[in-house]
Amino acid sequence: MKKTPLNQIHKDMGAKMTDFGGWEMPVEYTGIIEEHKAVRNQCGIFDVSHMGEILVSGENSAKSLQKIITNDLQKLEPGKIIYTPICKPDGGIVDDLLVYCLKEDSYLLVVNASNIEKDFKWVKEQLLEKTKADNLSAEYAMLALQGPESKKILTQLTDIDLNSLDYYRFREAKVAGVEMIISRTGYTGELGYELYFEREAAEKIWNELLEAGSDFGIQACGLGARDTLRLEKTYALYGNDIDEETNPYEAGLSWTVVLNKGDFIGREKLVEIEKNCCQRKLTPFKIIGRGMARHGYEVYAEGEKIGEVTSGSYSPTLEQGIGLAYLEQEYTDVGTEIEIKVRRRKLKAEVVKGPFV
Amino acid sequence: MSIKDDLYYSEDHEWVREEEDYLVIGVTDFAQEELGDIVFVELPEVEEEFDKDDSFGVLESVKAVSDTFIPVSGRIIEVNEALLDNPELINDDPYGEGWLIKVEPADDSELDELLSAEEYAEFIEEE
Repeated sequence: MKKTPLNQIHKDMGAKMTDFGGWEMPVEYTGIIEEHKAVRNQCGIFDVSHMGEILVSGENSAKSLQKIITNDLQKLEPGKIIYTPICKPDGGIVDDLLVYCLKEDSYLLVVNASNIEKDFKWVKEQLLEKTKADNLSAEYAMLALQGPESKKILTQLTDIDLNSLDYYRFREAKVAGVEMIISRTGYTGELGYELYFEREAAEKIWNELLEAGSDFGIQACGLGARDTLRLEKTYALYGNDIDEETNPYEAGLSWTVVLNKGDFIGREKLVEIEKNCCQRKLTPFKIIGRGMARHGYEVYAEGEKIGEVTSGSYSPTLEQGIGLAYLEQEYTDVGTEIEIKVRRRKLKAEVVKGPFV
Repeated sequence: MSIKDDLYYSEDHEWVREEEDYLVIGVTDFAQEELGDIVFVELPEVEEEFDKDDSFGVLESVKAVSDTFIPVSGRIIEVNEALLDNPELINDDPYGEGWLIKVEPADDSELDELLSAEEYAEFIEEE
């Protein structure tokens, strides 16, 4: 299994480890619910060094990327970030990722760990001349500092004014003396930052942040809390809610597809899909009463199967089962009663408006 | 992680405590640790009868679902209703307030097939 530079630290801290897409990653340290609440109320720190970084640079990098992504690269300038899917010609999602404009003709793609090789190959194949892609995933460590106290904690270690760093912007700066990208992004829905820096400094930065956060209730958090936090905000997870068999429209990502920006891979098909959108839609639901839905559980209404759960878990904030399911369009109105088959029983659930929290 | 001396154990990580005319059954400290925060519990009905190793309930944590298997055959005489609203009792006190069911055993000799505290400690060491 692949390991992040903090692997031993996680084990020393007593984390439960799991195989996540070929990476040995911490699931939880002191408990998912406690970690989840720390992020909502104070601050959590996550090792997300398994995420991939691909640098696209050269004269035609903007043109090349504009062809690859569904969102509009024109929205970018140095210091800005966009979220975008990349699609196959049939509209299926190859991956969802962040694009950082480092400077003119230089873009950093931050991609899902399980898709690094696939994306790198995909991007390389689409590049125009005088442009190259480098897979820098093994060189970067990545930490996420998330929660209402994150700004106060990070401020102690950096010399830039974090008040001037808006959402989906980044700056190159020093944290505890180490050069890094400080990015005002995250996967929790809270105020937070993602930090990219040389792998060798991972242990130092992790420890410095824990130390600086000790007065603010900082908590080391694993992938378990990362999943419940993102689900409460209805953020899609690649491999669960979106994949090559789903398109951005049915996944509720229409805002990331800019059809009128010029040609790009999948555009032709996505124009068609948009017109007839959608037979099914990714829909948030709440379980009524006790119980929980999980990925793959079947959803019923009026005795008929109408869809399948793609993400299901317990919401530590709402203290009940929540989830996302692809449902036939006619059952996606808020308030629609549905049933979820859980083992031998059917649990009652209700379509709700997302996000949950 | 704690293991109590005066209990019997199964390889499915249940414990059994012998009372005068019935048995109390729960899951071990090791099992609750492995599961993490337990958020839902499904328990059987009183009077239901089970054969040894049948699934009698479900523990659901944030990350995982786990069946519970009865270590001895018998009839359910009481279930721990408190767990329905406070499933975290299993995490907090697996050998005490986190008990699952009380059973009238069908065959007392089945107890002899279970593990002692020492044997259970060895068993989880090997797992």
